[in-house]
Amino acid sequence: MSDSTEQPMPTTASRPATTGHVPIQGPAEGARRLRVLPAVTRLAVFLVVILLLNPTEVQACQEAGVAADASITSWWVWPLVLFLITFVMGILAALGGVGGGVLFVPIVSGFFPFHLDFVRGCGLLVALSGALAAGPGFLKMNLASLRLAMPVALIASTCAIIGAMIGLALPTNVVQTALGATILGIVALMMAAKKSEFPEVAEADRLSSALKIYGVYTEASLGRAIDWKVHRTVSGLLLFIIIGVMAGMFGLGAGWANVPVLNLVMGAPLKISVATSKFLLSITDTSAAWIYVNKGAVIPMMVVPSLVGIMLGSFIGVRILRVAKPAFVRKMVIGLLLFAGAKAITKGLDLPFIV
Amino acid sequence: MSEDALESRPNEEQLLYAKILEIGMFVGLGLLLVTFFLYVSGIVGPAVPVEELPKYWEMSVHDYLEATNHDYVHSEHVITGWSWLAVLGKGDYLNFLGIALLSGVTVVCYLGIVPILIKKRDLVFAAIALVEVVILTLAASGILSVGH
Repeated sequence: MSDSTEQPMPTTASRPATTGHVPIQGPAEGARRLRVLPAVTRLAVFLVVILLLNPTEVQACQEAGVAADASITSWWVWPLVLFLITFVMGILAALGGVGGGVLFVPIVSGFFPFHLDFVRGCGLLVALSGALAAGPGFLKMNLASLRLAMPVALIASTCAIIGAMIGLALPTNVVQTALGATILGIVALMMAAKKSEFPEVAEADRLSSALKIYGVYTEASLGRAIDWKVHRTVSGLLLFIIIGVMAGMFGLGAGWANVPVLNLVMGAPLKISVATSKFLLSITDTSAAWIYVNKGAVIPMMVVPSLVGIMLGSFIGVRILRVAKPAFVRKMVIGLLLFAGAKAITKGLDLPFIV
Repeated sequence: MSEDALESRPNEEQLLYAKILEIGMFVGLGLLLVTFFLYVSGIVGPAVPVEELPKYWEMSVHDYLEATNHDYVHSEHVITGWSWLAVLGKGDYLNFLGIALLSGVTVVCYLGIVPILIKKRDLVFAAIALVEVVILTLAASGILSVGH
């Protein structure tokens, strides 16, 4: 199941959409799809606007929730809102080419009443579930490479444990501020980083050759098998130290960083990078998630609605990817991340945040 | 079948890993959904009443555990690590079964492929797999503990 990939898998089906050409089986089908898309987009925008750009509404619900005596039904408001917002996030994540975790943590920690400790624990479990759902399919298709993932995962998962421990030890406002700065850094990375579908690797380096990190996959769009190998393995592995620490510390998942390192630094083809990154999260996030679970930073009432919402949203998002305009959605996601990053920084620094 | 097609197939350990991961994922997610239903429907009563949760989830994890333990759980120690196993009869903690399964399936995947790697004399990757098992088990054990 590739519904919740942190980067949209560059498939034959998705390629026409990126060039603005809509694959239409027939005029009626095409017209129907084009009618459905604005409705879905409007719903997404509506929910985002209501829940993110109207903090007074959220605050009112929060106060209603906290004052338990005032309303005996208020407890279910937040799980329901969480489900709706994560459903929208799932759609946007699939369309915008980011993972659920990177949207979930800054937005939920910034605009919901839950403490950052629980949001990070929940974010890791959300990212982990998406990776577990997508991993088996990618491995079977030979798009995710176990040989590429295993050495990387060993480093990233070890460092994710360290990151989780640092994150839980630091004062909340410090983590919140650092989270905001990280989110803004991710935005810069998303705007600046280019992707290379088939990076040129003239020669595999010694380490990757010794570890036999290479492979072949069938590129459906070209109708032929593609040989791939990697280089700059040591540099890539060193970067995964930083990625692991940040994934654990902020509960973000790490697809936003995995893909550029695998693709641009190590030279793995884009499809291999995206699929291996997604699979990698199932290992990296597992180690960090355990630290949060053992610490008690997991509230099922947050986890399950979020997990179901983001998975259903991703499911829908992948399907409307065919008719959506990814460039526009990506800009929207970048705007959301900018907004959420700024909110996290101001919340961490206890500064006023004016919408 | 062409040579390319044969080579582009995933190897034996990758397929086994995928199979175990898939089973674990489906069982874990299924378990999580069932236990959540039992929890929110009230069929299995929670330790912390659902309508009281909003009072606590704004607190840091340390304060949350102290407060909920004092007000409802009444355990000798706060529920951290694997101590949730002792309160599985409570709907909220019952959900930890699915969470633990989803978080633990990767260890099983790694253990599953070690015999294949050893049989292939791929000792470096067998060692990597075993070290990963140790790392993940250490994380899961609860030995690594921190606090604000």
